[in-house]
Amino acid sequence: MKLRSPSSILALAAAAVLATAACGTSGPGTGDTVTVWGLQDTALNPVQQKAIKAYNAKGDHPEVRLQTFVNDPYKQKLQTALGSPNAPDVFSNWGGGNLRTYVKAGNVVDLSPMLKSDPSLKKAFLPIVLNGARLDGKYYGLPLQGMQPVSLYFNKDVFAKAGIAKPPATWDDLLGAIDKLKAKNVQPIALAGSQSWTELMWMEYLLDRVGGPEAFAAIEKGEPGAWQAPAVKTALNMIVDLVKRGAFGTNYGSVGQDNGAADALLSHGKAAMELMGSWEYSAQLAAAPKFVNGGKLGWTAFPTVPGGKGDAANIVGNPSNFFSVTTKSKKKQAAQDFIKTSLTDPAYVNDLVKIGQVPPLTGVKAKLQAAPHADFTTYIYDLVAKAPSFQQSWDQALDPATSEKMLTNLQKVFNRQQTPEQFVAAMAG
Amino acid sequence: MAAVADRSARPGAIWAAPALVYFAVFALLPMALVVYLSFTRWNGLGSPHWTGLANWSYLLRDPQVIQSLKLSGILTAVTWAFQTAVSLPLGVWAAGPQRGRAVLSAVFFTPLLISSSGIAVLWKALLDPNFGLATIFGPWVGVDDGNFIGRPSLALWTIMAVISWQFIPFHTLLYQSATRQIPSVLYEAATVDGAGRFQQFRAITLPQLRHTIITSSVLMIVGSLTYFEVVLIITGGGPGAATRILPLDMYLTGFSAFQMGYASVLSVLLLAVGTALSLLIVRVTGYRRMTSQREGL
Repeated sequence: MKLRSPSSILALAAAAVLATAACGTSGPGTGDTVTVWGLQDTALNPVQQKAIKAYNAKGDHPEVRLQTFVNDPYKQKLQTALGSPNAPDVFSNWGGGNLRTYVKAGNVVDLSPMLKSDPSLKKAFLPIVLNGARLDGKYYGLPLQGMQPVSLYFNKDVFAKAGIAKPPATWDDLLGAIDKLKAKNVQPIALAGSQSWTELMWMEYLLDRVGGPEAFAAIEKGEPGAWQAPAVKTALNMIVDLVKRGAFGTNYGSVGQDNGAADALLSHGKAAMELMGSWEYSAQLAAAPKFVNGGKLGWTAFPTVPGGKGDAANIVGNPSNFFSVTTKSKKKQAAQDFIKTSLTDPAYVNDLVKIGQVPPLTGVKAKLQAAPHADFTTYIYDLVAKAPSFQQSWDQALDPATSEKMLTNLQKVFNRQQTPEQFVAAMAG
Repeated sequence: MAAVADRSARPGAIWAAPALVYFAVFALLPMALVVYLSFTRWNGLGSPHWTGLANWSYLLRDPQVIQSLKLSGILTAVTWAFQTAVSLPLGVWAAGPQRGRAVLSAVFFTPLLISSSGIAVLWKALLDPNFGLATIFGPWVGVDDGNFIGRPSLALWTIMAVISWQFIPFHTLLYQSATRQIPSVLYEAATVDGAGRFQQFRAITLPQLRHTIITSSVLMIVGSLTYFEVVLIITGGGPGAATRILPLDMYLTGFSAFQMGYASVLSVLLLAVGTALSLLIVRVTGYRRMTSQREGL
């Protein structure tokens, strides 16, 4: 989800450069350094650099160096570099299906022995997040940054004007709120329909609420008939119902997320709600500080669906990003030592909290309460800590080919170019 | 003219070597690799697996490729016709000596200074239906909610308009400079003979621009088979697959779905279509004969 968001121009430019860079000079691996590949992130990178500097200062181990890349080209570069002699020692990834491809190709070191030898390390992380990098019972990565579950955000002023006393807790509440908002001529829900991963969030939550986590688990495993399950069709029909009701207005297909257009609808009061990852808070804080600091931005868990099989506390989104060690690395021990030491270092965790992240660590709540924006960060922490299931974004969990096909077909359902039955047929075929 | 030229005056074949090596390494070799990859299954990790004709037989069953070809065909035909119809008269007009025309031409040519990605990001912002210009000019053209790129039936037309906006200045420039090359004696003679402006345009300007029309058309038609960044940034091929033209289909198959083998099939297809089209144009129009338009002048 979020990993698609950095601007596509940079992605394009970088892709062109990468085509040549991948063949030659960028090769780490040799010499007395541990090369770490990460994603470009203006808030996170300085925190990482600081932690690495502190780690290097402690001496007596190879020097650690961080290289960062823009999101989309990073995936392309990683895919080609991992199997080559130019592989980094440590690389950032999204866990799940994305990591599975690399594990299958034998490119990733199993970290289970390290976790077994150090029980306090394993206990330091919230299990539900650590499991994001757990494949077939083995751990292949450690969470490197904050958790990003998806929640329903809303504009409190707009709710008040439409006479909506409390945020929708059930599906019927949501439908009722939509009717009230439409009567006031406000678009009920902001949706960036030109970027289908924003539409996917609705599908992820609805399938979980209707069919429980096992419905997608079957799809992820590639079980025959998984896409044809009745829950998939029910969830898609609920989406079609929302579209028909005008819940997203009429022109959502032209709205973008990367350029902040959907977020602006919410902060300007042109729309009342938006389903988005936890980065919505910092995005709104940067783009519309008055809106957030004035206490007008509200948030709540996704509504329950009557008769659904999924637990109301289940969540979807990005558990975290993970640092994994490559099998091609000549410094495997040093690389493991680095991620083990630096990711749970109190100074690093404090810095993460300072930039508004919610680290997936047990017992971080006290730190969150003492930091700014505690009402939001503790909400996120509790949401994840209490969740029985944290489903990773489908576009990360599924293999790239299926994911690409699914996003295109889902967009067709939202645009009513395709019926739920046609979606199922396309995905099952 | 001497029947046989002095051979020693000709440059040796060795002079062509740098260009030939460059062409071999950066054009022929990648093409050969793409043809090889088209017979394999490869996701970028590890080594490609030889799968024989599997990718090629999937090409015949792939419903998307037919739609993509159709979209590319429409895009090529419409943008070619529209751009030519606008840039030819505009170029001829801009070729005039008046000062005002020079100033206006300079304004017209500004899109040439912006990179494709810049143009795409700019238009994406303009086309935002809630905060962009689309809210204003949408109602003028009957799109009340400004939903230009979100409506499947409208998205391709919007893309074609942006592409035309981007490239018309370049082709206008071609026509402007070509028009300025036309000897003024032709017009003077025609004026003496009593020909009006439109007659002069039809009997002198158009025939004299023949080679330029062909060059500009080849550039547009072959070009429309390769440009995709504008589409990628503005619609990403959507809504659904409504603007998923063939080059974009190839890119998404290769770098989003990581099916490098099948993406290579698509790029071989593009290569073949592009080569065939330019050969066809050159042959049909007699461009190859390189006959002079100015004999006797």
